[in-house]
Amino acid sequence: MTAPRMPTEDEVSALHERLHREAEEGGYHLNPDRAFTRDLVRGLLVNTARYGYASCPCRLASRSRSKDLDIICPCDYRDPDLTEYDACYCALYVSGAILTGKQQLRPVPERRPSPDQRQAVIREVRTTTIGGLAYPVWRCRVCGYLCARKDPPEVCPVCKATKERFERFI
Amino acid sequence: MQYRSGITVEIVHVSGRTRGKVMLYALSTCVWCKKTKELLASLGVDHSYVFVDLLPEKEMEETMNQVLRFNPKGSFPTLVIDERRCIVGFREAEIREALA
Repeated sequence: MTAPRMPTEDEVSALHERLHREAEEGGYHLNPDRAFTRDLVRGLLVNTARYGYASCPCRLASRSRSKDLDIICPCDYRDPDLTEYDACYCALYVSGAILTGKQQLRPVPERRPSPDQRQAVIREVRTTTIGGLAYPVWRCRVCGYLCARKDPPEVCPVCKATKERFERFI
Repeated sequence: MQYRSGITVEIVHVSGRTRGKVMLYALSTCVWCKKTKELLASLGVDHSYVFVDLLPEKEMEETMNQVLRFNPKGSFPTLVIDERRCIVGFREAEIREALA
């Protein structure tokens, strides 16, 4: 395939601004290195144009949304990586320690399972049940937000992940 | 590199000081890949690189098989030196040491 059209600087600024606002509202932080972060945001726009979803710029997309649900930004691995390495895999999101300069960025190893082990993980079905609950409990696979209601919300109120990224928790 | 389909994959060669066969597998959207590519250029070593995400489907699959031989995670950047040593990720000190 040929290289896709590059997003304009205005498009990059608009998405950067929105992601920054949403991150701060949810208690997350974008990487304060402006040029670096703009490159990542540009990558998200390129991937959205190419694949129809904002696949992680630092991972190879399969062109199948359902197979790549776990790497749509913010990815399923962001929060454990923030806890362990102070940044997500591509370093779009960083911890408070990095933001304030108390900690330096370091390479984050890939947490996503290898291609040959991927399907098994995605197909894993929760079987835990607790009797007597009036509603099922849904868990956002990205940020862990829990809610008890008939169906998951259209969009996670904390991290903005879409409905299909929720799993039944209880 | 010529594949059975006859399409020449866009592997870019950058001339420089010989430090063995240095091959960088990268993604065009990846910032850590960009940093690795810039590091190789600044070190002035002879190397080649390919943006795997820009390859046609068949070539992408064959190239990924090469990446997986050295890096079972199939992640980027993957730097392969002399088809023996593999450095995954932008590990600057390790790359500098390997190509010194």
